[in-house]
Formats: sequence, structure tokens, C-alpha cells
Amino acid sequence: MSNVNLKAHMERRAKDPSVRIPDWARRPTFIVASVIVAVFFLISLFPGLFAHGDPLEINVAQALQGPSRVHFFGTDDYGRDIYTRVIYGARIDLEMGVLGVIVPFAIGTVLGLLAGYYGGLLDNVVMRIIDVLMAFPFTILVIVIMAILGPGIQNVFIALWLVGWMSYTRLVRGEVLRLKDVEFIQAARVEGFTDRRILLRHLLPNVISSSIVYGASDIVMTMLTGASMSFLGLGVQIPSPEWGAILNEGRAFISYAWWITFFPGLFLAICGVGFSLLGDCLTDILRRKGR
Amino acid sequence: MERLNYCVRRVLQIIPVLFVISVVIFFLMRFIGGDPAVMVLGDKATSEAIAAFHQRAGLDDPLPIQYVRYMRDILHGDLGTSLSVRRPVAELVAARFPVTVKLTVLSAFLSILISLPLGYLAGKYKDRPADQGIRALALVFIAMPSFWVGLLLMMLFGVRLGWLPAGGWDSTNFWTQCKSLLLPALTHSLSLIALLMRDLRNSVVDISRMDYVDFARSKGIPESEVKGRHIFRNALISYVTLLSIRIAYMLGGSVITESVFALPGIGKLMIDSIFGRDYAVVQSLVLIFAAMVMVINLLTDILYSFLDPRVSYHE
Repeated sequence: MSNVNLKAHMERRAKDPSVRIPDWARRPTFIVASVIVAVFFLISLFPGLFAHGDPLEINVAQALQGPSRVHFFGTDDYGRDIYTRVIYGARIDLEMGVLGVIVPFAIGTVLGLLAGYYGGLLDNVVMRIIDVLMAFPFTILVIVIMAILGPGIQNVFIALWLVGWMSYTRLVRGEVLRLKDVEFIQAARVEGFTDRRILLRHLLPNVISSSIVYGASDIVMTMLTGASMSFLGLGVQIPSPEWGAILNEGRAFISYAWWITFFPGLFLAICGVGFSLLGDCLTDILRRKGR
Repeated sequence: MERLNYCVRRVLQIIPVLFVISVVIFFLMRFIGGDPAVMVLGDKATSEAIAAFHQRAGLDDPLPIQYVRYMRDILHGDLGTSLSVRRPVAELVAARFPVTVKLTVLSAFLSILISLPLGYLAGKYKDRPADQGIRALALVFIAMPSFWVGLLLMMLFGVRLGWLPAGGWDSTNFWTQCKSLLLPALTHSLSLIALLMRDLRNSVVDISRMDYVDFARSKGIPESEVKGRHIFRNALISYVTLLSIRIAYMLGGSVITESVFALPGIGKLMIDSIFGRDYAVVQSLVLIFAAMVMVINLLTDILYSFLDPRVSYHE
């Protein structure tokens, strides 16, 4: 009896639009993307679950061994296990991608809101700074800042933050300019709402979606830029495990130890595909909602 | 006439931006560079030797005066002297500039060669297997780190198969240069190929839905001409814009590609100078990169005004 009740209940639930799994969540791309991203988050939060060794442990007797059942991804010239290093490296790379986007996203959005809404001197100053910074190719700008600050992982973050906010400011400012004279904002002003309330409650929710879409694809770009700084020797310093840095160390051995460079790059690429796919799904969802 | 006015105005707009950039770079480099005398003469140099070096290089003068001198020299085509190899920066740059330009040109050529047919095909067969395959390819191309791809290509074609040089630069003749550049250019163009394919595909899909395309068909214009003149040509407008914007970005990526393949271009020079703390070279290179980006952007805007007659000259 209770079984029948439960079944009927489940059927009713399935038909109820408020609890049904939305269409976008059933799409294979979304499922694949979220699985990839979730696995990488798990790895970076709990690397100990996936690898038991120590990423820094040196064992010269085991140096430069190919992939085997003991060392899944082989070992490097110091006999360190590449698999363990790649697993422990995930955290830094994910941090670079996620924090490297969240901070500029926040700074850029606030600046774009204020510059677009108030205009005047602030707007002029912000836009001129952007004009100057935009004249540099992105990678060159990050490298120059790294050259000024000196190598190190904290400085990679600072460089990514100093460079990343511009796109968000431009996107948000443009949307604010488009919306600030539309009726519902004017109505809010006539009602005597404070600027703060208009900015946060009325403008922000309406101008944010293009930044979110951009941010999703920006994660991949930022992660790759961060990793390439370590690859050039400007970012994470040896012996810390980070994908770009491991690749850099493996460069000297590519003619006979392909595994040192192959696996960290593969992880970087798979992680990138996961975030890209997720970004594409997000774009689709927001576009559909906007309609 | 209106177009000429527009071009002149755009050229003039570059000057203040370049000026601000040069000021920013100059002062930043002075504040962080460390003492160049110590770098050139070594840690064991006597204080007299260091003082003499300062005197000779004009490092004792106030910063604004040093800046004015620096700018005056730049306007005379003198980019200063490299602190580490004691040769004029202009000479160093001139020797390496052609490599970067050739790399960029070959990369752009490869990008067009690959993205043009694939992007068009994907748009034409929207949602069919060909389209899905090409879109998946673009996704993977964007996510792959270029330095990794470069090393893999080097491993496969340079080390294993031995078909192409595994890095380095052979300037003997045109053929050897092409061989040295093929793998770097392929690496360099990967993300551009992906972006261009996506863009062309979306343009073709959007334009095929336009009323004027239906109208052209209903007039009885042959299908090949509808595809060529009405769809393809219009899809090219945004393709060309994206291409030229991205070429400016590619210059930045040359730093990475050139250091992977040990190509003696200005990107490699930049990294070497950063590690050598040779700020005279770094600041000139940054200025050169910025100037190149601005010139490319300018050319894009002008080219765009030719391609699309609807572009307005008033800002």
C-alpha cells in the first residue's frame, strides 16, 4: 500500500514543474562538465584521498622511471612520483583559475557599476587606465608585472588581479549605461531610493549576466596564464608541485622521459575542457532566461 | 575625405596613450630594477667602480631628467644600451624582430588555412556530425596549454620521427626557416584556429537565416552564388576583425612559444632580459609591444571601415 502511495507521489513530483530537474541539467554536456569540475575540486580539496605518497619525496634510486603499477605516471629526475605531484598540484592551479577570476570579477563589477552610474571624473579616470592597459597584449602585461614584483605564487595572483578586472568593468559599465535611463531605474529614482539601493537591488541583477558568462570562460584562460607563468619560471618556485612548473622541469628530459611533461599538461587540458563546457552550459541557461 | 579625417584622428589618438605608457614603464622599471651597476659589474665591484658607472650611465641625475633624456633618445631611434651585453637595444631588437614577425605571419596563415574551411563546413552543416566534431575540436584546442602542445609536437615530430627540428632557429635559407617555424607556428595558432572556427560557424549560421538570403534564393540566383556572395562574404566581416584583434594577442603569446622552441625572437629576448634583470631591454620591448598592438588595432579599424560601409566615422 505504502509502495503504491510512494509511487504515485513520485509521479506527481515528477510532473510538478517546481521540483522537476530542468532540461539543461539533463544534457550530457552539462553532466560531463560538472563531473569533471567536481572531480578536480575533490582532488584539490583532498589530495590525500587520491595519492598516498609525498609530492616532495626524493628517491634518486627510482629516478626517471616510466609509468608503471608503482608509479602510475612515472618519476622525474629526482625520483619523485609524478602522479603524486600532479594530484597535489591541482590545488594551486584550481586556485589560480578560480581566485584569479573571482577577485577581478568583484573589483571589476563594482568599478563598472560606479563608473557607469556616476560618470564624470571617476568614469574618465577608470576608462583612461583601461585604455592604457589594453594597449598591452594580456600575456605581456602579466609578465611585466611579474618582472616588477619578482617570481612567486603570491605575485602571480597579484598580477592576475591587476590585469583581470578590466574586462568586467567594461562589460558592466556598458550595461549600466544602457539601463540607467530606462523607466524602471528612473521610477526607482523618483521613489527616492538611495543610490546604494538602486545600484545593488535594481541595476546589479540586470547587468551581471554578461560578466558571469565571460567569467566562466575566463577561468580557463586565467588558469592557463597562471600555469604558463610557472612554466616560464616566473610563478610557483621549485620544488612546489604545480602543473606548469612540473612541465617546465620535464622540458630537459623530453627526448627520453615524455611522462614528466605529458601528464601535468593532460590534467591541465582536461580541467580546461571541464570549465569550458560548464561555461558554455551557463551561457545557454542565462541566454534562455533572458528571453 | 571623411575617411582620411578619421584615419588621421585615430593616429593622433595613439600618441598620448604611448606617452603615458612610456612614463609608467620608465618609472616602474627604475623603482624595481635594483642597481644596474651591481648587475653589470658584479657583487664584488668597488664603490668607486659603481660610482663611475652611475656617472657614465647618467643614473645620478633626477628621474625626470633621466626620463626626458630617455624620450629624446627614443625619438631619435635610440632605445638605449643593453646593460648586460653592452650593445644598443635597437640592434638587439632589430636582429630578433624578423623571427617574431615570421612566426606571427606563418601562424596567421596556418590559422586561416585550417579555420576557414572547417568553420564554414560547421556552419553549413549545423548540428550534424561534422559540426559537432568541429565544435568539440575547438573546445579542446582552447583548453590545451600552448606550451604543452608545443612540447608534445616537439617530442613527436622533432625527437621521435625526426622530421622537423626540435626547436632552435636555422636561418640558412627560406626553406630551413620554414622548417624551424612550422611546429612553433602550429602551436602558436591553436587557440586562434579554435576562436576563428567558432566565429565563422556562428556567423554562417546567423547569416543563413537572414531574409535577404531567402530573397536571393527566391529570385532564382544559383545556390553556389548565394553561398559564396551572400553568405560567405558577409560572414567574413567579423572573421577578419577577430583575426586582426587576435594577431595583437598572439604577439604576447610569442613569449611562451619562442621560449618553448628556443626561437631567437623578441618574446624570447624579453624573458631572457627579465631573468638577466636587463631593464633597458625590458622597457624598450614593452614599449614596442604596446606600439605594435596599437598599430594593429588602428589598421583593423581602418580595414573595417573598408569592409563594412555602414561603419560610422564619428565617435
